[in-house]
Amino acid sequence: MPAPIRLRELIRTIRTARTQAEEREMIQKECAAIRSSFREEDNTYRCRNVAKLLYMHMLGYPAHFGQLECLKLIASQKFTDKRIGYLGAMLLLDERQDVHLLMTNCIKNDLNHSTQFVQGLALCTLGCMGSSEMCRDLAGEVEKLLKTSNSYLRKKAALSAVHVIRKVPELMEMFLPATKNLLNEKNHGVLHTSVVLLTEMCERSPDMLAHFRKLVPQLVRILKNLIMSGYSPEHDVSGISDPFLQVRILRLLRILGRNDDDSSEAMNDILAQVATNTETSKNVGNAILYETVLTIMDIKSESGLRVLAINILGRFLLNNDKNIRQVSLYTLVFGYVALTSLLKTVQTDHNAVQRHRSTIVDCLKDLDVSIKRRAMELSFALVNGNNIRGMMKELLYFLDSCDPEFKADCASGVFHAAEKYAPSKRWHIDTIMRVLTTAGSYVRDDAVPNLIQLITNSVEMHGYTVQRLYKALIDDISQQPLIQVSSWCIGEYGDLLVSGKCEEEEPIQVTEDEVLDVLEGILVSNLSSTVTRGYSLTAIMKLSTRFASAVNRIKKVVLVYGSSIDVELQQRAVEYNALFKKYDHMRPALLERMPVMEKTSTNGPTEIVQTNGETEPSILETKHMPNVPQPANQANDLLDLLGGNDVISVIHTAPPTKLVSAGGELLDLLGDLSLSGSVPAPGPPVSISQPPFLLDGLASQPLFNDVAAGIPPMIAYNKNGLKIDFTFERSDTNPNIAVITMHASNSTEVEMTEFVFQAAVPKTFQLQLLSPSSNIVPALNAGTVTQIIKVLNPQKQQLRMRVKLTYTHKGSSLQDLAEVNNFPPQSWQ
Amino acid sequence: MVNKQGQTRLSKYFEHVEIHKRTSLEADVIKSCLSRTKGECSFVEYKDFKLVYRQYAALFIVIGVDEAENELAVYELVHNFVEVLDKYFSRVVTSQIMFNLDKVHIILDEMILNGHIVETNKSRILAPLLVIDKMAES
Repeated sequence: MPAPIRLRELIRTIRTARTQAEEREMIQKECAAIRSSFREEDNTYRCRNVAKLLYMHMLGYPAHFGQLECLKLIASQKFTDKRIGYLGAMLLLDERQDVHLLMTNCIKNDLNHSTQFVQGLALCTLGCMGSSEMCRDLAGEVEKLLKTSNSYLRKKAALSAVHVIRKVPELMEMFLPATKNLLNEKNHGVLHTSVVLLTEMCERSPDMLAHFRKLVPQLVRILKNLIMSGYSPEHDVSGISDPFLQVRILRLLRILGRNDDDSSEAMNDILAQVATNTETSKNVGNAILYETVLTIMDIKSESGLRVLAINILGRFLLNNDKNIRQVSLYTLVFGYVALTSLLKTVQTDHNAVQRHRSTIVDCLKDLDVSIKRRAMELSFALVNGNNIRGMMKELLYFLDSCDPEFKADCASGVFHAAEKYAPSKRWHIDTIMRVLTTAGSYVRDDAVPNLIQLITNSVEMHGYTVQRLYKALIDDISQQPLIQVSSWCIGEYGDLLVSGKCEEEEPIQVTEDEVLDVLEGILVSNLSSTVTRGYSLTAIMKLSTRFASAVNRIKKVVLVYGSSIDVELQQRAVEYNALFKKYDHMRPALLERMPVMEKTSTNGPTEIVQTNGETEPSILETKHMPNVPQPANQANDLLDLLGGNDVISVIHTAPPTKLVSAGGELLDLLGDLSLSGSVPAPGPPVSISQPPFLLDGLASQPLFNDVAAGIPPMIAYNKNGLKIDFTFERSDTNPNIAVITMHASNSTEVEMTEFVFQAAVPKTFQLQLLSPSSNIVPALNAGTVTQIIKVLNPQKQQLRMRVKLTYTHKGSSLQDLAEVNNFPPQSWQ
Repeated sequence: MVNKQGQTRLSKYFEHVEIHKRTSLEADVIKSCLSRTKGECSFVEYKDFKLVYRQYAALFIVIGVDEAENELAVYELVHNFVEVLDKYFSRVVTSQIMFNLDKVHIILDEMILNGHIVETNKSRILAPLLVIDKMAES
């Protein structure tokens, strides 16, 4: 058999391959040659063959048949063999292979070898890929080597110890005595790895952390020497002495100083020194400064130091180097949020970050995607009542020009900020309009109900709003959320539009027919989604009471859609038809203007106070309307209204029929209705039972069918960005049971994970907690976690509750206890 | 280490990744690094890591680190590594790295163990390698 070719030759040959297939062929040929060579048990060439195998492995070809060969190489006495053998082991083997256990003995022997390099090899391999059994067996050896005076071995032993501790945490105690002298070393390699080892131990065990706090002075001293020492050729990088070690020490100091006043105080001086003395012209210096800033933010440092840190970050932002800008924006986001949640120094720090606001806003225009994202997040965090107008201008400009991936987040952020800090209603509506028109298709679905609710509540702006929306609609009917909001508004306030009642702006002249043209255009357009069509059909319907002359036209439209292929549209059209025919007398009442809605939470659909005491009745089976293919929420709601209206009036006038619904009863009521032929006008006492369900898209959201027996919702807890709302229902089966739905929302930038809600009530109550919808509360009110709580209150005592909240936020776990006492009386009476 | 055409010249994993996943992972990483323009910074977010990359002539060196690492320091580490290679090979070029892959691995092992920095001093890193070389010659 000819001698196997050298690695070099192989590489050269493979490089000549022109296609993937050719390369594969060559590799296979060589693999075959290697395999036969292995079979021959030839020691001389084994090393070479394994080297080639490793190369092929790197290219992505399977090389598992070489694993045993690696072991043989490890067992050999030649150093070159051992080297390749260990390398092969590290690359080809891992814990999952059984072969790897066979290495244990070899490693054990090699750990005690006379040559330090062999020992080093063994340590290296153990440290990279030792399994837990191996680690357990060999931990003693590692510990011994940790105490040796040979610095080459000591540094490797330290890192192997890290690996051992990771695999077998119980063995951590074993290494404790050896750590005593580690920091006394002069050798930087050993120092470095020792710091790593200490860091690992502190991170794993709070006891170790407490134990090692006493090392803070020593660490401070080492750091000081590094800074002050002047030029040392051994570890110099661009004029700074061993920056890697500095960074590592800073990180360990961070862990030690966190939540500990004494340690933090001991560090203050050195941190200030590093921050001011480090040379910033090169990237190296900046790396150290970055780590310093992170440390300052994380420990309990004094406020002067924090301001220094923020200023450093601000300077970073002005730096031309992209890397530094990116890194500083990230830290600022983190730092800002961290800082604002601190009670004592909020004022000074808050201002300190605000000072850099303009730089941050400039970063929005940067070319780099990650910088833009960070700048956007940070800008939203910095928005407050004072700077809202300026910031919003910049952010809207950003929204116009940014990449699609940002638009959704930016739009939500704008809505959220506008809601919190809007200086005037008109400004708020203008801002929303701007977002809808520029980024309309990226707006999240839950924004539409929020907007509608906002518009409804700005009573004086109705004329202005509907006019602007109408104008936007004429221009462009492709953006679904915009159309939905617009058609809803036109449906509600069309009369204001036509009558030209608009204080803020020059009123436009528009006739009823023109408006209907636009709405019908939406209905037929291919661009409209089903939901949008539903909105516009209902809007048209509503206009039948507002537009005096267009009733016939509207009737025709509705008739046409009665045979639409789309089930949802057909459903609606059929019912509207029925409204025209049989219930025409009720039409004005049903289609009246929406009342101002009570808002309970800043996200998600709003809670509408209902006075009809029905939970969602599934009465469709008994429905007596013709041509209904399937039950839909819409029909449900309509019947609710019919029933609801009636129920209320019955309470007022006649001996009550039951409030709680059952399908049959409603039918009876309807029967009564048609017999009596008249409906008491929905006067003020029943104003709240107005047709809220005609909020079309919203009706499909389950919350709207939450019919509380007139119990207003409440905010149970609101702290640190976490808000808990309670909404109430009476249980169908037992009037003593109140069903409370807990909604948790999170207004900070970072999501809260592992969220657990617990509640306790006084002894006279009974509590049942069902499982939550999830345990992650998304950031920026993007969604809520809901959980149902059932409280049995047989003695009708005042409800009190103690709640315990635990969650993980930004890496630290938080816990809070609160008492909830402000339950509305109706919830427990 | 990757060249501009996307061919891997050296790869080292400190966390286990299935071999068939490696090629696609590498291709992905390379794509996100190669597509960066001059004006963009050297840190890319990829899944739940951060990638720190640096270009030297036709060779890209990419290091993937987790969230807790200081990216600027890793950036310096890359440069340190290249300087060590430079010292050993006396003005290193890509082909030298290719043909001496095992030696480059040894250097890397001397510098980084299980994902942590062991040694950054050039002479100390190269010491064992020089010993091996001497042994191989004799």
